Amino acid sequence: MASRAFSIVAALTVAGLAIGPVTAVILRAEAFSGFRPADWQALWFTLLQATLSAGLSVMFAIPLARALARRQFIGRGLLVALLGAPFILPVIVAVLGLLAVFGQSGLINRVLASFGVPEVQIYGLHGVLLAHVFFNLPLATRLILQGWLAIPTEQFRLAATLGMGRGAMWRAIELPMLRRIVPGAFAVIFVICLSSFAVALTLGGGPRATTLELAIYQSMRFDFDLARAAVLGLVQLALALTAGLIALQVTSLPVAAKGLDRQVPRWDRTDRRAICTDIVWIGLAALFLLMPLLMVTLNGLAGITNLGASVWQAAGHSVLVALGSTALCLLWALPLTTRWGEWLGLAGIALSPLVLGIGLFLIVRPFANPFELALYVTATVNAFVSLPFVLRILRPEAEAIRADYARLRDALGLSGWVWLRWVFLPRLKRPLGFAAGLTAALSMGDLGVIALFADPDRATLPLKVYQLMGAYRMDQAAGGALLLLILSLGLFWMFDRGGRVGSAT
Amino acid sequence: MKKALSFAAGLLASTTMVSAQDKPVLTVYAGDYIVSEWGPGPKIEEMFEAQCACDLQFKPGDLLPRILLEGAQTDADIVFGLNTDVTKRARESGLFAPHGQDTSTLTLPVEWTDDVFLPFNYGHTAFIYNEERISDVPDSFDALLNAPDDLKIVIQDPRSSISGLALVLWVKAIYGDRAEQAWEQLAPKILTVTKGWSESYGLFTDGEADMVLSYTTSPAYHIIAEEDRTKKAAIFPEGHYFMVELSAKVAGTDVPELADQFLAFQLSAAFQTMIATGNWSFPAKLDASKWPEGFKELNLPEKVLFYSEDEAAALRDETVEEWRRALSQ
Repeated sequence: MASRAFSIVAALTVAGLAIGPVTAVILRAEAFSGFRPADWQALWFTLLQATLSAGLSVMFAIPLARALARRQFIGRGLLVALLGAPFILPVIVAVLGLLAVFGQSGLINRVLASFGVPEVQIYGLHGVLLAHVFFNLPLATRLILQGWLAIPTEQFRLAATLGMGRGAMWRAIELPMLRRIVPGAFAVIFVICLSSFAVALTLGGGPRATTLELAIYQSMRFDFDLARAAVLGLVQLALALTAGLIALQVTSLPVAAKGLDRQVPRWDRTDRRAICTDIVWIGLAALFLLMPLLMVTLNGLAGITNLGASVWQAAGHSVLVALGSTALCLLWALPLTTRWGEWLGLAGIALSPLVLGIGLFLIVRPFANPFELALYVTATVNAFVSLPFVLRILRPEAEAIRADYARLRDALGLSGWVWLRWVFLPRLKRPLGFAAGLTAALSMGDLGVIALFADPDRATLPLKVYQLMGAYRMDQAAGGALLLLILSLGLFWMFDRGGRVGSAT
Repeated sequence: MKKALSFAAGLLASTTMVSAQDKPVLTVYAGDYIVSEWGPGPKIEEMFEAQCACDLQFKPGDLLPRILLEGAQTDADIVFGLNTDVTKRARESGLFAPHGQDTSTLTLPVEWTDDVFLPFNYGHTAFIYNEERISDVPDSFDALLNAPDDLKIVIQDPRSSISGLALVLWVKAIYGDRAEQAWEQLAPKILTVTKGWSESYGLFTDGEADMVLSYTTSPAYHIIAEEDRTKKAAIFPEGHYFMVELSAKVAGTDVPELADQFLAFQLSAAFQTMIATGNWSFPAKLDASKWPEGFKELNLPEKVLFYSEDEAAALRDETVEEWRRALSQ
């Protein structure tokens, strides 16, 4: 069957991109010098912060997603879109925005000081968690919100008819949905947090907050110890894939439960206690997530009018690369929307970017002038890195559709194309839009070690922001960051909105 | 995660492209901050091409890892912007040739006799403060250690940042065997540690920290570009750690004469006058009387501390570990 062949090709590409670069680095490396005591400490801290960060993000996301699922209010769509912003900001910009609110001389401490309350110290493990929840709560919320919205409203109506109380409804309808969605959401956030480095260090306040990724960076850039970098990279990959396996084990499979796609307001949404809870959750989350964004915006207003042609050119370049990556990523992801496909896809964020970058360089250089392949490689790597998020977004819906409509397909003998065109893709529209938006925005926001390897003619916007900061031009850098925020959000909004056209959400 | 994207792409993108013109090509690997339009790169290219009848092509990237990966097959003719923390490793690779320039006339605060790595500018580690924000500025490193704990400083990680590494060597040079105690004393005042210089400096200009680890030359940017004279370097009598940026000729270059010409150009008065405001650093060969106006206003340390590359290499793991232990408590 053709679809089986597509799946195999897609899976092999992922595996190749995960294993190839590490192997290339190992082959090029000299003997491994062994672990240092500090490495074990880094390993422990990495696991601790990633587990807590993912746990808290998911924990807070559940009531927030439920509140968003059962409330309709003016600006809800805008809020849902804006909630995606922290996730797509360049790290350095997000950190400065976060500290403008929660830092030593941030908004909160200034307000506290005016009441004579002693200041709150942000730096420490709690600071790392705060930052990681800031980045990942929106993603977790969107993933879980999708799960809630995918519950056929007929189920709630049936529950009401049967006179189910809130507890019973929770157990019978909502909990099974969460068991299907939450483990995967936890795993993907855990894996992102595994490779956190600049955020963990800055918010953690010092070397106590050392992660494996820092050790990899040090080995690669300072010591040029490829063996150490590769081994640490493999440890990180193994941790990520183990987390993925555990998530697979505890995830329950979808049960066939289809509805008629009608939007019927839930009967329990007028319950007073529920209204209060929902308002509190939405209000707090909006405040927590939007305040730092507001600070980024205010800081950037002065600089955005003063950016210069090259920054705008870089912005245009970033948009094109983002669109290319998005198309590629969706094509790549569709055949992989299965349990093992998603597990494999985790490799995209589990592999240290440094190891991936150097490995690809080693692989390509003997065969071709890497310069000529630069754009294709950028698009491919962008797509590869976005794959885990896209798969997490698409798979629950994709599996549900397959489970719900398998009998229809068999009964009618639908061919692959007809099935895709008339059943599968239309029903997958909402998550597809969200996934496309996220990929586009992620591809816009790429930054980091890149700053060290960029081509001046093909610079991306985040790189320009970094260059401006490196040249003391903090105001212009803030302007560039604001432009990046606007463009990323714009792309995200466009795709996400496209996916939601015609639906009440 | 997001880092992977352009890390890979950049790596690939930055390898040599065949020149469309018939002029000989001088390929210069340089740090991204050099090649950026806000760095000295564009000016260097313009000035050198005006005198060489050649095409100077900058390839931005992470200098040492890249050239070590490429080995003898590298396209680079010149590597521009190495720091002393990597020269040992670079020298051992055997990829670089002697520069052949006269270093006796350099205006560095330390003697420079290296025949492979040639300086183009320098600075010193220093803590920068905003005089409108703090009045009680520590006047020595000891005073900084004994300052009240509500004086907050932000520094860079010696494991990921060159200035951070210079800081731990600075502390080692002053305090020797007592370096770890010095770090313990400093620890409560360290607001946080960042991956690189930009994050730290951003926190400082945002008003998050009172002092930031940077360079003695940092106030020059504020004076010259912003006419802001409130940012100052605190000068300590114990001395300041010397930081120098270097270039070198690749032994396997196919245009050795051009490479030599570039190295000579690097020490010319024209280049040296430009580099001060181009890279916000002190020129390596220019009398202080010829420095740009803003640079003449800067506070300069009387004593300069510096470890040779062998000393620094021998001390590095130990000093970083002392730093880590003291700050991890």
